Amino acid sequence: MRRAFTAAIGCASIAAAAVAGAEPPAGAAACSGCHAASPQVTTPVPRLAGRDRAEIVRAMQEFRSGARAGTVMDRIARGFTDAEIQAIAAWYAAQR
Amino acid sequence: MNAGRREFLKSAVAATASAALLPVPAFAQGAAPRVVVVGGGFAGASCARALRTADPRIAVTLVETNATFTACPFSNVVIGGLRELSAQQFTYGRVAAGGIAVARTSATAVDAPARSVTLADGSRLPYDRLVLAPGIDIRWGALPGYDEAAAGHMPHAWRAGEQTLLLRRQLEAMPDGGLVVIAAPANPFRCPPGPYERASLIAHYLKTKKPRSKLIVLDAKDAFSKQRLFLNAWSELYPGLLEWVPLSKGGQVTSVEAATRTLVTDFGRHQAAVANVIPPQKAGRIAEVAGVADRSGWCPIDPVTFESKLQAGIHVIGDAAIAGAMPKSAFAANAQAKTCAAAVARLLAGGTPSVPKLINTCYSLVAPDYGISVAGVYHPSGGQLAEVPGSGGVSPAGAPRASRALEAALAEGWFRTITAEVFG
Repeated sequence: MRRAFTAAIGCASIAAAAVAGAEPPAGAAACSGCHAASPQVTTPVPRLAGRDRAEIVRAMQEFRSGARAGTVMDRIARGFTDAEIQAIAAWYAAQR
Repeated sequence: MNAGRREFLKSAVAATASAALLPVPAFAQGAAPRVVVVGGGFAGASCARALRTADPRIAVTLVETNATFTACPFSNVVIGGLRELSAQQFTYGRVAAGGIAVARTSATAVDAPARSVTLADGSRLPYDRLVLAPGIDIRWGALPGYDEAAAGHMPHAWRAGEQTLLLRRQLEAMPDGGLVVIAAPANPFRCPPGPYERASLIAHYLKTKKPRSKLIVLDAKDAFSKQRLFLNAWSELYPGLLEWVPLSKGGQVTSVEAATRTLVTDFGRHQAAVANVIPPQKAGRIAEVAGVADRSGWCPIDPVTFESKLQAGIHVIGDAAIAGAMPKSAFAANAQAKTCAAAVARLLAGGTPSVPKLINTCYSLVAPDYGISVAGVYHPSGGQLAEVPGSGGVSPAGAPRASRALEAALAEGWFRTITAEVFG
């Protein structure tokens, strides 16, 4: 949690979300429909929990711009703003 | 006291015991907030778990009639003979172990002003907030001739379980050269691409096992989910075997005659060797009983909290809800469940729920190694859940077979992931 807060400092809306506690920011809860929370699950889809924040942000931005090829992530990333992507990445980076 | 009730009390005691470290016992009067969730499918079981995660002080009771949940996604693969029904089945052991009281019984009534649910044995379960996740019920009789007895001859297989196996057995018993007919309903219904995935996998079965047979899809619509992708794949994989008849070409089935497996349209009669009638549907019965279903048979909800627009204190999630642009899918049900749980936890704590953003992703198999998908991102807009402009869409039309194979693998990964989150 502390790490999420530190990572989020500098952006008021994200800091506000982190202060609100463990509740995932808008959009984050739906990710675990495909990105398994448990490391036990066998799937080609990478886990997000504990991943580097900047790496998640970069992936989402590249999916959104089309710079990175995706199957469904290009279509999903286009539904998120930069601020939302930052908040989701910070939250997942803080999960274990 | 019946077995279901006894088991429930046992799990309620276990839930209280597992909450022993908390400052208040789970069922103490006026202490921990109480949430009752009715229905243990993708929506209900997800919500029960997400409520405990959002705030472990909440005492959650999950009311579910069946000891075993049978999942609909991938049940078309069972019908196509390439998967066993046991791979679709999940129990509530891990859900209960997470401190949720699992009441193995049915909810028969809801007293919204008094905030209590009546169970099958007449006992009452008080709640501070109620979440209804009853899935669908068949509108028996809406299609003339299609009643519960008819479903024994012409299975719907739209609630997975015995009906799934019945349709599979009928296909297996059919001689080569038989006519299979699928009747697809008008919108809205559970799993919009489902009838077309089913047609694909039955066609795959016929092509490999009974190649002289024919499959006709009689449709009450002129357009359907992932239509172009399905039609292209059908002409590539199942030419001459699978025929889709839209509404405008006389596809709407107006009545059925179960004894002879006959489907009647305005343009003719189709006597099938195997007939799969996917009938008109509505929200599960408890929604109507609780007064949260409108005249459409489905449940209007607030797009931020999923609280009913008809009854305060009752939330509706999953297939039963009118969720705007979101389809009635397991993925959507799970996403709605988590959003609803966060909102309910906030409301119980006296706070204001935050504005959510939801995702849906639905894979369909056109063949075992040929997957296609539709995805969307949704947000509250104009009192409904609307698709975020510019987001979403279906798999590209001209994608190579390798990417279809990848989507088939992703579909299986999705099923393992979501069932692990909900039941594992």
